[in-house]
Amino acid sequence: MSACVQDAPLPHRPAARPPVRPGWTGEPLRLAALLAPAAAVFAAFFLLPLVRLILIGAGGTAGWSAYLTTLADSGHLDSLISTLALSAGVTLVTLAVSTVAGLFLVRNRFPGHALLVALLTFPLAFPGVVIGFMVIMLAGRQGLIGTITQALGAGKLVFAYSMAGLFLGYVYFSIPRVILTVMAAAEKLDPRLEEAARSLGASSWRVVADVILPALKPALISAGALCFATSMGAFGTAFTLATRINVLPMTIYTEFTLQANIAAAAALSVLLGLITWAALAVARSVAGTSVAAAG
Amino acid sequence: MPDSVMQNSFHLDAVPIRLERCGKTFAGGARALEPLDLTIRGGETIVFLGPSGCGKTTTLRIIAGLESPDPDGRVLFGEEDVTALPIERRNVGMVFQSYALFPNMTVAENVAYGLKVRKIARADRGRRVEEMLDLMHLGEFAGRRIDQLSGGQRQRVALARALVVRPRVLLLDEPLTALDAKLRDSLRLEIDRLLRGLGITAVYVTHDQGEAMALGDRIVVMAKGRVAQVGTPREIYYQPADGFVADFIGTMNRLGGLSRGGTLSIGSATLPWSGPEGAVELLVRPEDLALAGEADGHLGGTVAAAVFLGDRTRLVVEPADGPALTVDAAGRSELGRGDRVWLRVDPARVLAVP
Repeated sequence: MSACVQDAPLPHRPAARPPVRPGWTGEPLRLAALLAPAAAVFAAFFLLPLVRLILIGAGGTAGWSAYLTTLADSGHLDSLISTLALSAGVTLVTLAVSTVAGLFLVRNRFPGHALLVALLTFPLAFPGVVIGFMVIMLAGRQGLIGTITQALGAGKLVFAYSMAGLFLGYVYFSIPRVILTVMAAAEKLDPRLEEAARSLGASSWRVVADVILPALKPALISAGALCFATSMGAFGTAFTLATRINVLPMTIYTEFTLQANIAAAAALSVLLGLITWAALAVARSVAGTSVAAAG
Repeated sequence: MPDSVMQNSFHLDAVPIRLERCGKTFAGGARALEPLDLTIRGGETIVFLGPSGCGKTTTLRIIAGLESPDPDGRVLFGEEDVTALPIERRNVGMVFQSYALFPNMTVAENVAYGLKVRKIARADRGRRVEEMLDLMHLGEFAGRRIDQLSGGQRQRVALARALVVRPRVLLLDEPLTALDAKLRDSLRLEIDRLLRGLGITAVYVTHDQGEAMALGDRIVVMAKGRVAQVGTPREIYYQPADGFVADFIGTMNRLGGLSRGGTLSIGSATLPWSGPEGAVELLVRPEDLALAGEADGHLGGTVAAAVFLGDRTRLVVEPADGPALTVDAAGRSELGRGDRVWLRVDPARVLAVP
């Protein structure tokens, strides 16, 4: 963009341009003008609401210390810890499942391959509510799993309306994104590297540990970070399954709508954002620049 | 001197390789390799040479254990039938065109990898890696990351990594193709010195005839999945088995001639001849055609192009009839386009294809 501006013919100027003077004239001014629309949108729809949210968080009876006392509330702290544990668990399981499945799909061509990939990526199209609905149909009171366990005489197994149901829903919903990232990275693996390792005597497991996983590491970290952030903030599935599920977005919703404790809701929102952002930042620094590029 | 001492202490067994009826048909029916029988002597460097798609890489991968031959084919290392063994149990060293070094490991870690997989004790491993890095003049790069090395250095690391485990056979798949010309020459000399010094059986695949001639004890020229000729570089160059080999190796001129009753007519000249009778196609190397005067020349023509190459001037001469001929003149020759020249043919150095 700036190159176009520089290269544009300027009839009122001599061919050899005078050196740019410091200050808000000439080139910097033009660049600022070009940046203004983006800056305005950024300020209006992101910066201002965020600042407002931070201020509201501090606007309760406790003032700025609300950010600390919010977590002193054992209910909130439990909610934060269980959300972190759920998201970490979902991330690990999703990465494990998707890496195996993604590698298999890249390396094996068989009839129905394209259809299987399409089916695996299907949940991308669903909102959280639909995912929750599907979990209920699978593991709810009238669900498939309950019916089967009852028929087998083991009693009715129902876990849709708990953390287990939420975990299942989140894994189902996270797999497509991670699988697509893994498949894209696995396509680019150099088969010669694996052949070299095998020629040196490495078994299949060693090849996976020493060649394939290190090569997929940036993609796995980037996909895992996105999966973690999504699980931290997802709401629709939890809302569909049960209002009792103790995850942070649900707690925020409850504080906001039922308790009308707007300051606490805002403080928790800011904390949720900060923790998720920190997780992404750590992943980015571990993986080098690749997360920024992929995410 | 330390080099030669090192090489003597690092000498590998010379294991012969035998291929029996090794063909390769890919799923879908494409025939990559016609059944091939070949014995590679222990300690020999054999070069598979041919254009892309000729089956040379498939053959190398069958020897490596990366591809299995069609059902009745067998691969033997010495007396051992290794046909059913996957590459990780064949104990072969492999060097690839793309280096295939592990990017997440340093130079020393790359070289140590095969020893680590074999569970060699740490101290022993360190000593052997150091010895190997010294042999390849890589000592100072031990702690470097792979992306901090030049192409030539990378391929030397790949050689070190393949050799440090004392493989039974060393397999090289176009190892110099990714390098620029000058590096290619110096690394080729180094590989040559290494292979002679180690005494290992080596199989080298290339499409570059210069590399093949310089490195091979014997060359296997391949075309379209078949072996066109097996022989020493001299045999391949001076007694090509057919027109394909003749054209693929070096520059070859083709002349039409007619032989009758012990004489051969080329152009206006008649020469004594002991080859086949009748109309023959004659193959002549540029260096076996000599410039001559009108009196003693056999064939007249006009210079169509003259390329100065420093040590010689390569002329393209168009005779009155027949295809253009390539001839080498002295570097200081002043001949140029449009000049009339006469050529002498030495019948002893001419190959006849009936």
